[in-house]
Amino acid sequence: MILVLIGVALLGVAVELPPFGERAVPSWNEVARHYLDRSLNETGASSVVAGIITDYRGFDTLGEVTVLFTAVTALLVVLEGRSRP
Amino acid sequence: MDDLILRTVARVLVPLVQLCGLAIIAYGHVSPGGGFAGGTVLAAGFVLYALAFGQEALDRRLPERTARTAESLGAAWFAVLGLVGLAAGRNYLANVLPPGSPGRLLSGGIIALVTAGVGLKVAATMVTLFRRLMGGEGGERP
Repeated sequence: MILVLIGVALLGVAVELPPFGERAVPSWNEVARHYLDRSLNETGASSVVAGIITDYRGFDTLGEVTVLFTAVTALLVVLEGRSRP
Repeated sequence: MDDLILRTVARVLVPLVQLCGLAIIAYGHVSPGGGFAGGTVLAAGFVLYALAFGQEALDRRLPERTARTAESLGAAWFAVLGLVGLAAGRNYLANVLPPGSPGRLLSGGIIALVTAGVGLKVAATMVTLFRRLMGGEGGERP
């Protein structure tokens, strides 16, 4: 019942999403234009995505790597503990 | 599992898959791809190898200790690389190397180095996850 309610609410929100490629949305601002216009000259990477995730937002990617490291550490703790008496 | 078709196909496919993964990592700053995607493909090669030849064969080729070292090395490499920016008097993780000419393999400053670290890390993570979730007892204890 709760799941159905949540699903209906999510569907209602999804109807209100802006269409793909729409320019009149808050996320299309000077940041996106800056990346598209200058990332080639500022980072030297022809892949804009790579320029963003490893240069402009390198610290964020470092956090992502830390998440992976924590996940493996947790997994090793749980499974190593099970195989020991 | 001991299957002739699987082993024969895997013998041909594993090097190609891993080469593809390495290429995706190496060209992460030139074309779509990067450390996360390439590392996953590289690990898929190891997973295919383990599925075809057994976990013991994987343990011989890639001991768990090596995977764990690669794991820590990839993360530490990323963090230490950030210090280079500080040493050059700029922000943490600043791109201090020259950008080079875009589109070439040697371009993008430290992006390629960061991508290599991420690829190593992700590949090691995937292999360790696979090995542990398969219940591999063959892994050596630390």
